[in-house]
Amino acid sequence: MSSDAAAGHAGVKTAVRADTEVNFGFWIYLMSDVIIFAMLFVAYINLSDRTAGGPSGAELFHLREVFFETMALLFSSLTFGLAMLGLHAGKRNAVIGWLAVTFVLGACFIGLELHEFMTLIEEGASFTRSGSMSGFFALVATHGGHVTVGLIWIVVMMSQLATKGLTAPVASRMARLSLFWHFLDLVWICVFSTVYLPWILQ
Amino acid sequence: MSVSNPSHAHEPTLAGYLTGFGLALILTLIPFGLVAWDGLAIATTLVVVAICAVLQVLVHLIFFLHLDMSEEQRWNTISIAFSAVIMFVLVGGTIWLFYSLKFRMMVGY
Repeated sequence: MSSDAAAGHAGVKTAVRADTEVNFGFWIYLMSDVIIFAMLFVAYINLSDRTAGGPSGAELFHLREVFFETMALLFSSLTFGLAMLGLHAGKRNAVIGWLAVTFVLGACFIGLELHEFMTLIEEGASFTRSGSMSGFFALVATHGGHVTVGLIWIVVMMSQLATKGLTAPVASRMARLSLFWHFLDLVWICVFSTVYLPWILQ
Repeated sequence: MSVSNPSHAHEPTLAGYLTGFGLALILTLIPFGLVAWDGLAIATTLVVVAICAVLQVLVHLIFFLHLDMSEEQRWNTISIAFSAVIMFVLVGGTIWLFYSLKFRMMVGY
């Protein structure tokens, strides 16, 4: 056992341990998501040059749009971190405030992505156009769907923080939302490096 | 047996998040800057983009997801290492298979 002398720590320690186990379960889910994304990446990589005579990413993707999407997610990772710092400091209003900022940044990302999707479809490059576009939409929309779930989760946590306060279960859920949100930013790094930048370069 | 890390040692810090954010920002600006500049050979740029992506993933894992080999995080780290092996087999194997297939069938060439 741990050499923690203070007996008062025992309760906290047990709570932390139980929390660690639940978080580990959620982590295993994220690892299964990693495999799903890996296969979508593979599908995209193998299909990306199969444009069936249609437009390719070189004509369709715009660096500026992708840059703003990337920045929105990166800044949202920082603001979520600040929310977690507020949680550890026991400052409820700071947590709710930073979650709100994170939500706005995430919503900006989704807005930009939907705008991009609609522009692509208007330009005749919807997911039915070619294997390349099928692979693109399957991968990028799966990521966008995850971010949308994250946004809903943020709203749920904001309302729980407002009504229940900084209780142990709420803090525990925040820890898992933190994993989820940072994980989505991590997947996006792979998306812009694999999908967008190589095409824009050509 | 185990080193008694006080639990607050693993609590995130402002310095940690800011360091992670700074590094991630640099590792994002380098690939976007190179692609916007378009001054290097495509292959060179792609290699730099790939290196920056791998480094930034590591930065996120360490500074945002707080992975390390501490008692609290050890199994998370081991499971992601295992997932990385599975990913390598799936991604590497599938790409190899399809390029080999394309080469043998010369589809569209």
